[in-house]
Amino acid sequence: MNLTLKIWRQKNAASPGCFETHEARDVSPDMSFLEMLDVVNERLIAGGQEPFVFDSDCREGICGTCSLVINGIPHGSRKGTTVCQLHLRYFKDGQTVTIEPWRARAFPIVKDLIVDRAAFDRIMQAGGFVSVNTGNAPEANALPVSKEIADLAMDAAACIGCGACVAVCKNASAMLFVAAKVSHLNYLPQGKAEKDRRVKNMVSQMDKEGFGNCTVTGSCEAVCPKEISLDFIAKMNRDYAVALVKGELKKSAAGGVG
Amino acid sequence: MSLDARIPSGPLAQKWDRYKSDMKLVNPANKRKFDVIVVGTGLSGGAAAATLAELGYQVKAFCFQDTPRRAHSIAAQGGINAAKNYQNDGDSVFRLFYDTLKGGDFRAREANVFRLAQVSASIIDQCAAQGVPFAREYGGTLTNRSFGGAQVSRTFYARGQTGQQLLLGAYQAMCRQISLGNIRMYPRTEMLDLVVVDGVARGIVVRNLVTGEISLHSADAVVLATGGYANVFFLSTNAIGCNVTATYRAYKKGAFFANPCYTQIHPTCIPVSGDHQAKLTLMSESLRNDGRVWVPRRKEDCGRPPASVPEADRDYYLERKYPSYGNLAPRDIASRAAKEVCDTGRGVGPGGRGVYLDFSDAIKRSGEDAIRDRYGNLFEMYERITGENAYRQPMHIYPAVHYAMGGTWVDYGLMSTLPGLFVVGEANFSDHGANRLGASGLMQGLADGYFILPYTIGHYFASTKQVKVPASHAEFKKAEEGVRQFTRRLLSINGQRSATSFHKELGRLMWENCGMARTRQSLEINLKRIPELREEFWKNVKVTGSGEELNQNLEHAGRVADFLEFAELLCLDALHREESCGGHFRVEHQTEDGEAKRDDANFAYVAAWEFKGADKKPELHKEPLVCEEVHMATRSYK
Repeated sequence: MNLTLKIWRQKNAASPGCFETHEARDVSPDMSFLEMLDVVNERLIAGGQEPFVFDSDCREGICGTCSLVINGIPHGSRKGTTVCQLHLRYFKDGQTVTIEPWRARAFPIVKDLIVDRAAFDRIMQAGGFVSVNTGNAPEANALPVSKEIADLAMDAAACIGCGACVAVCKNASAMLFVAAKVSHLNYLPQGKAEKDRRVKNMVSQMDKEGFGNCTVTGSCEAVCPKEISLDFIAKMNRDYAVALVKGELKKSAAGGVG
Repeated sequence: MSLDARIPSGPLAQKWDRYKSDMKLVNPANKRKFDVIVVGTGLSGGAAAATLAELGYQVKAFCFQDTPRRAHSIAAQGGINAAKNYQNDGDSVFRLFYDTLKGGDFRAREANVFRLAQVSASIIDQCAAQGVPFAREYGGTLTNRSFGGAQVSRTFYARGQTGQQLLLGAYQAMCRQISLGNIRMYPRTEMLDLVVVDGVARGIVVRNLVTGEISLHSADAVVLATGGYANVFFLSTNAIGCNVTATYRAYKKGAFFANPCYTQIHPTCIPVSGDHQAKLTLMSESLRNDGRVWVPRRKEDCGRPPASVPEADRDYYLERKYPSYGNLAPRDIASRAAKEVCDTGRGVGPGGRGVYLDFSDAIKRSGEDAIRDRYGNLFEMYERITGENAYRQPMHIYPAVHYAMGGTWVDYGLMSTLPGLFVVGEANFSDHGANRLGASGLMQGLADGYFILPYTIGHYFASTKQVKVPASHAEFKKAEEGVRQFTRRLLSINGQRSATSFHKELGRLMWENCGMARTRQSLEINLKRIPELREEFWKNVKVTGSGEELNQNLEHAGRVADFLEFAELLCLDALHREESCGGHFRVEHQTEDGEAKRDDANFAYVAAWEFKGADKKPELHKEPLVCEEVHMATRSYK
């Protein structure tokens, strides 16, 4: 099959970008979308032209590296699928396909189709962890967790941190990502001790990074390759409200005897 | 130079405790004076970086991905082993140890494997405390499943994404240390050389993959956690970025490379669909708990729809040949059995290179919902890639390269032959012998990172007197110049062929001649062809762009250049090992019924190769493998 590609070309964050048109001739419907781009790049190299750079690594839908907007939809139109697992059999022969990077102020473009998602790491560093040192852990079965709660936490933890939720949102809001991360740990008894400060710190970092507000359009849930539920945003808002109402506990004086 | 594994004396079960009691300690206030570099942030590197930082060391961590959360440990689906005996089915530290040693065809170091089994239980405790959402029973306790090569249920899992969840645990622990200022993280940064000063590893040279800037980093110890080299086969289940560069360049600086010929071929992957393919996708071994592997008994039936082949005309060859382990036979054995039936012309699907993995009996027995609950995401993944519904028809599967048991040689303390250079996780050679059992890779990565290296590195610091070497030292400058020259050379060739085309050709040579079945003849073909291909590469590769920008083409070309040298070492090792063991199957050495035939009298050793210079044959050093407590039995799963 043949496709006409309109691909975003941008030298770096400081230069303006534009679309370039390239033909993908004689590609197979069994190819993944990224394998098709590999083929296009190989042909560019053979012709002495610069290949397009795009992010990918595991190519099995779990590492969250790949990040392309295809015909206006992050990861393309197939539900619950990252672009590395999107196959050409879902495209029509002769179709024109536009390929763009994630677009959000908090995700500056690095080059061509690659963006910088370090803002997600900084949100995690603000509180996306359980403060437990190696070697401090009690016997795993000493703290039972009901199957329902463990499953809910797992549903949230399935987030692969790709950023499609931000890319699709008209406000470039990171609420679904942050909600998934907060909920994963806040649901579990292991994460309860730091529940309030976690949600406050992570939300505050999210705001600092320049992500927009949530207006509950639900587009994030629709494009999420792991189909993370909007319910987690409600859960995070609840946790956040509770944390605000509780306020800061008075700190006790430092030190002790001896 | 003699190889001293520095294994503590005493009975097997007491060695690790003895090591910990005898080792020297670094005072808490002194720990901050030591700098540690960790390269790679998968399970072993992430766990090591976080734990070392918690202890008080100054850690710098590097990864080529855009964030440490994406290392390829993330792709492990099925689970992690631990000797918890929660199922009351007779598991114990000894049994996990013995299964792992036997699974590795008695080609691993006994003391290391025993220690791995000992610390396995603590890993589960640690991960549960970090908030890893392991699968649970209604009563709230952790649940288990079975995996290949074991007759007990000791595998813990988090849906089909155990690797991602464990990695997030380590990543979150790193995030905490980054926020506390104890780890400096360098994402999108690739190590391009190791710096050795007076025989001691003192730092690394790295390239910032966004700007192309080369920088130098010195430390008191360097930890490589850079994963395996399966991508030397081009097509493998590894991520696109996985490479041998860090360990290979360390090898060229004096760190011996052990058992490179031990590569694992995983039996259940989605078959190759065409030339364009960039990687292969694994279907978790856990599927073999409920899926039955078969091919038609007669060649004529291979083209028929599987459902129309009557029960009596199906050959459930794993159940037939290995009745006591059945479909859960270990990976090397299941892979070879699949190749064997396909070689007799009974393979199914395109090119006759596939076998069925059939869930219809399990669906009849437990219902589709139960199967969906257990493997839902794996069935979805299969459907996305192949367009087929595995609830309605059997999956097509075929073996693919998956894991490297070989790696940098390390002693009991995980230190290489270069003092100050530690190697953890898949990058080292230590625990899996000639074949790794399913769900043991995650266990080893986390054992090394959380519970072993943090002890042994402290002992190294406390027992050696080192003066700090700054990055302005002449050796650093020399290494930097070497890296710059290498990059300039790649960019200056401007030939006709892309790095990918060389990589594909190398991969085909490796798969054909050094894959599931190896012969003297096939290996000799490779030893002739690989140097020729390498020569052509350095004359005819085309690398576009410059070194002062983000240039994926340049990154890949550098990695392929290393694969082109490393592949020769791998074949040389495979040629010298005149026996069959685990993933290394030499056609000349098999029993009458086609099983691997080991030669313990001549080959019960670790082959550690020393680099002697470009175009010179590396020197072989042998570390004898002595089993003190177990008998090196013939491995049977019948």
